[in-house]
Amino acid sequence: MYTVRVYIYYKSGVLDPQSGAIKATLSDLGFDQIHDVETGRFYSLKIDAQDISSAQAIANELCEKLLTNPVIEDYEFEIMEA
Amino acid sequence: MRCAVIQFAGSSGDGDCFHVCKNILNKAVEFVFYKESFAPEDFDLIILPGGASHGDYLRPGALAARSKVMKSVIEAAKAKKLVLGIGNGFQILLEVGLLPGAVLMNKGLKFFCDDVFVRVENPDTPFTALYKKGEIIRMPLACKYGNYYADGETIKGLKADNKIVFSYCDEKGNSTFESNPTGSIENIAGIVNSEGNVLGLMPHPERCAEELLGNTDGLRIFESVVRYIEGGKANGRS
Repeated sequence: MYTVRVYIYYKSGVLDPQSGAIKATLSDLGFDQIHDVETGRFYSLKIDAQDISSAQAIANELCEKLLTNPVIEDYEFEIMEA
Repeated sequence: MRCAVIQFAGSSGDGDCFHVCKNILNKAVEFVFYKESFAPEDFDLIILPGGASHGDYLRPGALAARSKVMKSVIEAAKAKKLVLGIGNGFQILLEVGLLPGAVLMNKGLKFFCDDVFVRVENPDTPFTALYKKGEIIRMPLACKYGNYYADGETIKGLKADNKIVFSYCDEKGNSTFESNPTGSIENIAGIVNSEGNVLGLMPHPERCAEELLGNTDGLRIFESVVRYIEGGKANGRS
């Protein structure tokens, strides 16, 4: 059993209105040192797999088939033994 | 002419679409549940209605796009049947790849619910033949994720092939920052696929298709379809 933690981000160049709003509010609060804010999504999955490479293959496939929209999003994940 | 209105978990525009087909157009119409399937020859027009299907979980339209009924919708689209996606239905068409691009959250980060003006950019589709090119019409918009996005190459293709069907503008037809509440690229409110038989749009024509509602600007989308199906393609234009 493996735990997979998936992080999904907007591709660079895709305008994310939320990140702009968060950055503006941070600036209002006095955090002038913030130059960039990225938003994204996070999923944690438990995967039954023979070994880590097959867990990786499953994770890649489910990211591409469902969790991300390749038009606007990129993803990365980390895997650890559960 | 036979119409289908697909019902996903959480659809809310399904009743309005059914009503327009049955009581305004006087056409045969059936609901099809998202766990069901159908054959391409079963229907002439397939409507994917608005309303946050599957709670908008994951991404708007993402879960609906992977439901069983969408395999039938794709087959029907391939068979050149007409497919109309309204609001969340448009998002589902994007997620399933029948139309190019994706949606992001509105630029104002809010659910926007008000009438908008759109310009008819392309009247040469089965859905818009009864409009004039450049005509300004008013339709209700109700969405949080209406901010259409596609990469530069895709947008170039949509423009070159005249696949942008509706774009946001003001009452006089000017496209300004204020006239596009979603922030969509190129002020896009609706597009067709390259074959012209799949239309997706964010505003709701089914909510402005009868006098009782005070606005009939959306009706001609449905009437154009009737003309196309029953009048034959060659007689599609008025």
